[in-house]
Amino acid sequence: MTSSLTRPDLEQIRTWLEEVPDPEVPAVSVMDLGIVRDVQWSGDDLVVAITPTYSGCPATSVIALDIESALRAKGLDRLRVERRLSPPWTTDWISAEGRRKLEAYGIAPPAENAGGPSVFDRLLRKPLTIACPRCKSENTARISEFGSTPCKAQYRCDDCLEPFDYFKCI
Amino acid sequence: MTGQEALFEYLLRLGDNALILGHRLSEWCGHSPALEEDLALSNVALDLIGQTQLWLNLAGEIEGKGRDADKLAYLRDARDFRNLLLVEQPNGDFAATMARQFYFDAWHYLLLRELTGSKDARIAEIAAKGLKEVTYHLERSQEWVLRLGDGTEESHRRMQAAIDDLWMYTGEMFESDEVDQAMMRESVGPDLAALHEPWLGLMRTTAEDATLTLPQPGWAQRGGKRGMHSEHLGYILADLQFLQRAYPNATW
Repeated sequence: MTSSLTRPDLEQIRTWLEEVPDPEVPAVSVMDLGIVRDVQWSGDDLVVAITPTYSGCPATSVIALDIESALRAKGLDRLRVERRLSPPWTTDWISAEGRRKLEAYGIAPPAENAGGPSVFDRLLRKPLTIACPRCKSENTARISEFGSTPCKAQYRCDDCLEPFDYFKCI
Repeated sequence: MTGQEALFEYLLRLGDNALILGHRLSEWCGHSPALEEDLALSNVALDLIGQTQLWLNLAGEIEGKGRDADKLAYLRDARDFRNLLLVEQPNGDFAATMARQFYFDAWHYLLLRELTGSKDARIAEIAAKGLKEVTYHLERSQEWVLRLGDGTEESHRRMQAAIDDLWMYTGEMFESDEVDQAMMRESVGPDLAALHEPWLGLMRTTAEDATLTLPQPGWAQRGGKRGMHSEHLGYILADLQFLQRAYPNATW
């Protein structure tokens, strides 16, 4: 039982959430990815708001469960995890630390500030240059618009010849 | 028809388009021409099924009879489905699947872009989420139309046949009936006819770059939005709904 006198402060809770890994990309935490949108006390209840990366992302319910178990393990027993759809998740919310961890894990981080989707304009533009997370070469080619999860695309490095995932910019 | 009834119908159309096309694409799983395509088609299917859940859950809430997305997806018969005829067409060869996808993605993109400005905040929110995903779908399907159209003699022939065969199902996307008009009056949904010109613009440019000949606007096959479907929908539902029909209320 937590009361307003003994309950941990929100900074502490955020630190705990930084230890909850994303189930599909365990190198980064749910905080790094910007999936946790808000942590607030509502009376004596802790409310954690999360947002899905993609509408059909099967990891979203696992993430909610992981967050709940992690916080319960810290003694927080009055908590709810809420889903929030708006504003829609964007890769711009991935922290600098998250981008660094993605690259170290072998996933090229998303291009920064791609702006809103205006595909009719973008269809006329050349594809982005994505650097290989291993050898940093920019001599890479896209193999498929989609990868092992909806949030990733598949690329190949034409210098070191390694295939790699690119975390798509949305 | 009351405003709530029209809204329910409108949401069913949005949800059913995503559901039926998502199901069609999932039929490719394990059968695609290459591993990358298998992953891509399954991922597009997953996006669409995710969008289906959002639309159909909202539809069920508006209807207020205790039906959620699962009940709406698994326990309605063909005549109660409101998807476009285009999305229920068989996968055919890879060219037919990508032509169907390109026709739909371009329209879906334009529609969702308008719906992000809907007066109904929940619709605007789902549209904004879906738009980001559909942007990728459109880029991908356009690329395949270009690649196959301007590819080998064989791929060109197949893509030309695909865009010809599916053309008659595109007219329905831009026609408004009393449901669409009710939504327009309430500033919930856009004027579908206004999407036609930008859609055609992208079709013309893409066909030209792909060395394909775009069919002439002509007679349009219609009916899906009112529940009048082609023979294919029944077979889709037999597959999609089998488990809930054979084992009612089964859960994971």
